[in-house]
Amino acid sequence: MDDLFARSLLVVTGKGGVGKSTVAAALGLAASRRGLRTIVVEVTAREDVSRALAPETTGVYTELAVSERLHHISIDPQRAMEEYLSERLPVGVLAALLSRSRLFTGLTAATPGLRELLTIGKVWELAQHERRARGAERYDLVVLDAPATGQALAMLQAPRTFASVARVGPIAKEGRAVASFLGDPRRTAVLAVSKAEDMPVGETLQLRSRLREDLGMDLALAVVNAVLPHRFSDHDERTLRAAPPSPAQHAALFLAGWAHRQRTQIARLQQGLQAVAIVTLPFVFQSALDPAALELLSRELAP
Amino acid sequence: MSVAERMAGKRICICTGSGGVGKTTTAAAVALGLAARGRRVAVVTIDPARRLADSLGLERLDNEPRLIEPAHFAGQGIELSGELWAMTLDAKRTFDELIDLLAPDAATREEILANRIYQELSSAVAGSQEFTAVAKLYELDASGRFDAIVLDTPPSRSALDFLDAPQRLTGFLEGRALKILTAPTGAAAAIAARGSGLVFSALRRVTGVDLLTDLSAFFRVLSDVADGFAERASAVNRLLGDPATTFLIVTSPEPAPVEEAIFFRRRLREAGMPFGGVVVNQVRMLAHAAQPADEPALAADFGGDADLAERSLQALRDLRALARRDAASMRRLVVELDDEHPILVPQLDRDVSDVAGLVAVQRFLFAARRERSALLAERAF
Repeated sequence: MDDLFARSLLVVTGKGGVGKSTVAAALGLAASRRGLRTIVVEVTAREDVSRALAPETTGVYTELAVSERLHHISIDPQRAMEEYLSERLPVGVLAALLSRSRLFTGLTAATPGLRELLTIGKVWELAQHERRARGAERYDLVVLDAPATGQALAMLQAPRTFASVARVGPIAKEGRAVASFLGDPRRTAVLAVSKAEDMPVGETLQLRSRLREDLGMDLALAVVNAVLPHRFSDHDERTLRAAPPSPAQHAALFLAGWAHRQRTQIARLQQGLQAVAIVTLPFVFQSALDPAALELLSRELAP
Repeated sequence: MSVAERMAGKRICICTGSGGVGKTTTAAAVALGLAARGRRVAVVTIDPARRLADSLGLERLDNEPRLIEPAHFAGQGIELSGELWAMTLDAKRTFDELIDLLAPDAATREEILANRIYQELSSAVAGSQEFTAVAKLYELDASGRFDAIVLDTPPSRSALDFLDAPQRLTGFLEGRALKILTAPTGAAAAIAARGSGLVFSALRRVTGVDLLTDLSAFFRVLSDVADGFAERASAVNRLLGDPATTFLIVTSPEPAPVEEAIFFRRRLREAGMPFGGVVVNQVRMLAHAAQPADEPALAADFGGDADLAERSLQALRDLRALARRDAASMRRLVVELDDEHPILVPQLDRDVSDVAGLVAVQRFLFAARRERSALLAERAF
């Protein structure tokens, strides 16, 4: 984990429903506890993370402090575009005019990949030591609560694609800078969150091969969320099966079987990922996004 | 009401909900159940797990439904009196086919397909899967080959992207903005109002000339198919709102998907889309009458293993805690979704991505109320 916290950007992705936001928030919490000035970034206008970290704060596209060293922002592509324009156009009026023009909003909405490019561009800006945004302070670590696998890959791919399509000009230049930042394993790490189930494990394995094949990147860590404790041995299971039916016996066999299937999936993940490190987080028998549970998970990730 | 009753008189069933709640499995199980009841069904899956794809024989990615051999279900206690066809959506290919269909001539078609922006960006970005999914749905429905079509929806972070997709892609193509942009650069400044001319030069300044040229080429050639796209999008919208269409909202009892399901229900209502009901997957059922724990008796059942008895009682307490949490989610769903009787599928003590799992899920979806209650009670904690 120390190695990961030495990077500038952690991209947290995985299949829908595996708990990406929870893991991103827990990582942010762990990093800030270690003294790193950290920001957790969400990419849609949903605010799960901020709600978990500090239930009363909200705010889209504002760098909010949730605790001493922990910040949060929700990136909206439209605002990212406005910021990008105001930095590039010397006259503020022109930037305002452009971002309000129907042509321009239509263009940004319809150009495939532009939302992804603007979003990842802003993430990159947050991770720079010399922040471009006016009056902005630097962060030691940016944790990106990325969308699900397919869209996250599209987002990681966007700078590269635009750099190649645009060839010259400001977008090409920035595209190349962002692409090289994302592709540098000393600065950017991609983390996959999974559950110990068939489909999320399959998607994690697929994510890794696409990272390697399409982007020349690799997975830095896989986090397996909601892993049940190993409470019943094979011997216990045999005893349980031989016993007369009762609610407790039914419950024990159910949990034992479930844990068994989870172990099979974790083994499959280990085998498929080989050198990639895997950490597991315990199953929480309550809502995972309350502050106490989050604190617990963050200590599991980085004691 | 079971899925069978909810699908009476319906031709199209769209399974929607947030990621990881079992949409694909539910879609496949709905299609299987309908085929078992004599209908000729096609199921369009978006990104099935490998094992589900294998068990349905979906490894061939040719973007066309394939008839699933009834032999796939031999010995599973289900008889297909109808036909089950299945396919996996290939977004890029569906897009290409659509261009093929809508392009006025071969030269336009080639120009679009060869455009670098189209090639590099059309398949990978948010929205293209949503759009192509409904485009495919429309095509299959129009072909008249099936009397029921079940559509799985893409794993959007927000299920809402799905409803907006047709408009988002076509809205721009229809607009004045495109006409300004696609006019030759010089003319654009002249034709357009003063503000737009200024806009255009500012635009060039922030994007770079090459990108702008490629982009305007992209939109210019796309404008040749804009009318076709617009027509297609409104036909798709009519189909989504048709009384023969129904949306099944799929969720798990986890808090985040439940909130998304409620939000999506609201959107369906606003958009005037037909709501067919909610399917809640992976539910832990709470037994009504919990028996008092008798540890010594349980230990005796386990050959005197008191430690195992204690751990088993802990397992029961944990599962009952989960079941209570799930029950609270369900109460919230009933109130917010105005569906008195959500279709509950319990968390099964097996994997659901193989044929036997699919058949098991299908049983819960299609069981009549009394039978389903009995099935659920068997699995309560």
